[in-house]
Amino acid sequence: MSKASGRTFFLRPQDIIGIVVLAFILVVVLPLTLDNFRLQFVGKYLTYAFVALGLVLCWGYAGILSLGQGVFFGLGGYCMAMFLKLEASSPANTKIQTTPGIPDFMDWNQITELPWFWEPFKSFGFTTVAVVLVPAFFALVLGYAMFKRRVGGVYFAIITQALAAIMTILIIGQQGYTGGINGITDLRTLHGWDIRTDSAKTILYFVCVALLIACILLAFYVKSSKLGRILVAMRDKEDRVRFSGYDVSSFKIFVFCLAASLSAIGGAMFTLQVGFMSPSFVGIVPSIEMVIYTAVGGRLSILGAIYGTLVVNWAKTSFSESFPELWLFGLGGLFIAVVLIFPNGIAGLWQTYIAPHLGPLFGGVAKRKATPPAPPSPGTAPAAAE
Amino acid sequence: MSSNNDNSSKFSSTRRKLLMGMAALPAAPLLANTGLFSTPAFAQAPATSAVNTTGLAVTDTEVTVGILHSVTGTMAISETGSVQAEKLAIEQINAMGGVLGRKIKFIQEDGASDWPTFAEKAKKLLVNDKVAAIMGCWTSASRKAVLPVVEQYNGMLYYPTFYEGLEQSKNVIYTGQEATQQILAGLDWVNKTKGAKSFYLIGSDYIWPRTSMKIARKHIENKLSGKVVGEDYFPLGHTQFNSVINKFKLTKPDVIYAAVVGGSNVAFYKQLKAAGIDLSKQTLLTISVTEDEIDGIGGENFVNAYSCMKYFQSLDNPNNKDFVAAFKKMWGEKTVIGDVTQAAYLGPWLWKMTVEKAGSFDVDKIAEASPGIEFTKAPEGYVKIHPNHHLWSKTRVGQAQADGQFKVVFETPELIEPDPFPKGYQ
Amino acid sequence: MFSDYSLAELGSIFIMQGFAGLILFSVFVLMALGLAIIFGQMGVINMAHGEFMILGAYVTYFTSQLFLHYIPSLFGIYFFIAMILAFFASGALGMAVEWLMIRRLYKRPLDTLLATWGLSLILQQVYRSVFGPREVGVELPNWMMGSLPVTEVVEVQINGLFVMGLTIAITIAVALLMYKSAWGKQVRAVVQNRVMAGAVGINTEKIDRYTFGLGCGIAGVAGSAFTMIGSTGPTSGQLYIVDTFLVVVFGGAQSLLGTIASAFTISQAQSTMEFFLSGSMAKVLTLLGVVIILMLRPQGLFVIKVRR
Repeated sequence: MSKASGRTFFLRPQDIIGIVVLAFILVVVLPLTLDNFRLQFVGKYLTYAFVALGLVLCWGYAGILSLGQGVFFGLGGYCMAMFLKLEASSPANTKIQTTPGIPDFMDWNQITELPWFWEPFKSFGFTTVAVVLVPAFFALVLGYAMFKRRVGGVYFAIITQALAAIMTILIIGQQGYTGGINGITDLRTLHGWDIRTDSAKTILYFVCVALLIACILLAFYVKSSKLGRILVAMRDKEDRVRFSGYDVSSFKIFVFCLAASLSAIGGAMFTLQVGFMSPSFVGIVPSIEMVIYTAVGGRLSILGAIYGTLVVNWAKTSFSESFPELWLFGLGGLFIAVVLIFPNGIAGLWQTYIAPHLGPLFGGVAKRKATPPAPPSPGTAPAAAE
Repeated sequence: MSSNNDNSSKFSSTRRKLLMGMAALPAAPLLANTGLFSTPAFAQAPATSAVNTTGLAVTDTEVTVGILHSVTGTMAISETGSVQAEKLAIEQINAMGGVLGRKIKFIQEDGASDWPTFAEKAKKLLVNDKVAAIMGCWTSASRKAVLPVVEQYNGMLYYPTFYEGLEQSKNVIYTGQEATQQILAGLDWVNKTKGAKSFYLIGSDYIWPRTSMKIARKHIENKLSGKVVGEDYFPLGHTQFNSVINKFKLTKPDVIYAAVVGGSNVAFYKQLKAAGIDLSKQTLLTISVTEDEIDGIGGENFVNAYSCMKYFQSLDNPNNKDFVAAFKKMWGEKTVIGDVTQAAYLGPWLWKMTVEKAGSFDVDKIAEASPGIEFTKAPEGYVKIHPNHHLWSKTRVGQAQADGQFKVVFETPELIEPDPFPKGYQ
Repeated sequence: MFSDYSLAELGSIFIMQGFAGLILFSVFVLMALGLAIIFGQMGVINMAHGEFMILGAYVTYFTSQLFLHYIPSLFGIYFFIAMILAFFASGALGMAVEWLMIRRLYKRPLDTLLATWGLSLILQQVYRSVFGPREVGVELPNWMMGSLPVTEVVEVQINGLFVMGLTIAITIAVALLMYKSAWGKQVRAVVQNRVMAGAVGINTEKIDRYTFGLGCGIAGVAGSAFTMIGSTGPTSGQLYIVDTFLVVVFGGAQSLLGTIASAFTISQAQSTMEFFLSGSMAKVLTLLGVVIILMLRPQGLFVIKVRR
């Protein structure tokens, strides 16, 4: 709690408390209460939280709903998978192949030398940069084409959805270069460090948590900066912002690229923790599911998105273990409920029902939170509910 | 094991109930039986400490195995039959006295048509439940996801689907056919009996059809001195085939060789029939349609097509008659049994025989003892495990009938050797 | 690839290929028409469109079973009855959904997307629980199968003709309804200015409900017709959703003519490319082409001005 008194200029006190509580849960509570097996589940869920975080910024704050975040998640994941696969395919490991030293699936597809775009992924430095920049570049091209022409809202959603479909078909079709529908599997080591062991997975979990917290701080920074306020203004009255002399499309492009990079970091962490990457995380269905994490958490709440991701995934895992038939009803119902009944998600419920009662405990925080929550009409004119 | 259960219960109370019901039960007799009642009550069964040196879920009375298939999601359609067959086999084995005097108990997990879920559930079965073997997976993608897990935690997977080959593992027994087993004999047959020289290859666009077609093309061009007049792949779930049907009409192949799967299958055959391609005149040989698929396609749309498999429900032998009767008794008169369902049925039996030969549940010993295991009571006839952990099996060609069954028109005289890394076909 | 064939053969194939394109065109129009009404006229993104289609398909399956078991003598005409039933079943479900869910969301189009996606998941599971996870085979009357030989090579698929005829009939019916009837005038009034339409005494809520019901009903008929060419299973509806949305968006959301034009463009492009390329590449190139054109011309092919 000592951090709470620190003078971080872009965080309000309750944000700091929120982040500290989240960090406490992720770093102390969960590792102590869950066995390794369950903790690795949480680690996997947290990789989706990166996507949800990106969606809060671009959907919640800027009003850009992308149904293609899976593409960026996949790009990040594939970048990492390519690096790990190359390391796993050392000539020593692959000497039974016709061409040793290339990934096994290439050998099966009669590819006799490493394709040029795989070459740079031999370097870990390049890979880490690529994880962030490749999806950002992709988002830049897309965003430039779309936002400069003032495509938005529904059109943007449907076009990104089509892109997710295209991407899936491409990856599956080009199996010699991408591993096809099976994806890139059997990833073993990172610089000689075996990522498959339990201890490695625990370490990766903490790395993932640390990265997530860093990204949360970044998100808060963006939100509280002038940029964040412009984004909200844009979402609510785009024309007025434009008439005030701001270049609306550039802001949109920026936040879309940022969301893409965040998703990609999640994808890369996913590959590291789960040990493979496949096109089933790129398509339409996972992309829309990722939107629901954000919606459940509260599309305007950075921290809510994290909790939303954890809650939905936890529900999915436990539901599908006990009552597999009921899970789709549950998920479908959740989609409908989150739209009709609590459009601001968990964060909205917290603001309305719980936070007011916690007022005295949080001291000065309560004064701000005591203001009545925004009317549930996101998309049209929601006040910032944070 | 119990400590794991306690930990996970904090995660979900529903889960605990499930585990208590399934996995925790075998733990209780373990405590009760050790030392006290074990010797008199299970005189013929060897002591647990001797047959289980690696801490698997084996007690004096029970042994736990895992069943890992998709019950939900898009693959549930295909995997249902495999689950049913595995449960039937387990029940039959238990009725015969079990394995090494121990009843088989199974824990079923849902892969939910999602590959990481498969990997997680496989890990759960191996790490938390300590199952002695896993019967499961269906798609190649799910197997590829599970493979590193079973290798890392040294489990044993019995995998039922015919698949593209190019894989071999100490920890997997492949009870379906690999690509060359399924493909070559069928092509030879169609070449010999129909004089087929020109082939049109069409498949769904993913690894199994592409690898299969590659093998088929090599065989057609190099061994049969035939010609491939066209090769086409469509995305999974594609529903419009009129253009490719026109290409059939233009190129007039002797044989349409098809590996279309899933919902596309239905669209493909319906449109083929609507376009006036009469399968009694135009030979069509497929490697992707079993009795299961015909249900959805409709018998009348598929009649007279040839399918190349190792098993058909209509096989005329005493083993199969018993199997079909037992299957229908357990799962209803209307169920149909396809190739993969039968292969899934082999899994528990092969495991039981291997365990008895090895005299141990230890995975290492099973992996070692597997080659040479013979199953004479297999519905498909007789199978034997090859040192490469695939099965020696016969390949058959069936002609589809209007009622959705196949008439077997050809059967290889000998068992075909599995060859997952075929030289000259890559 | 053509050097081996005679001119007559090539000519025949050309005709056949054109016909294949026309069938695909009809399929696209049929898929998209219902969505064009819902999305174009009401601004609702109905992700459950495919599931409404599959409801129609299941109704058809059900009707065929009924006829097969109880009145086999009339089996030849069951399909027409099935289509009517499918229209009312899907339409009724659509109206119920509108009343329970959609009417609260008209101001939030992106939220309709999420809610209807949820609905589609629920419907899939309902189908799975009721009809089983496997695909069902819908048996067709004999007269609807096979093809009419025109020349030796050129053959015309009967079900293709049927789909085309149906598409033309439904398109004309919808066009008449929208542009010639009093009700259609009200719908267009609501689309162009909801408040004003309400002010002049149009019951906008009722219009919304019936419009949504109409769109879903057409989806049901489409699903019924597609039992002839596609699969009927709990998740089959998902196969259509991307194509359908692209057709509607490409055409320009508010214009029925645009939907038809875009269905024509996309179907011809795809069908021609499928002939020269492998199916997967054709699909990717078609989708990519549509996306690129949409980036250049985001409002779609045809637009009408709407006062907001």
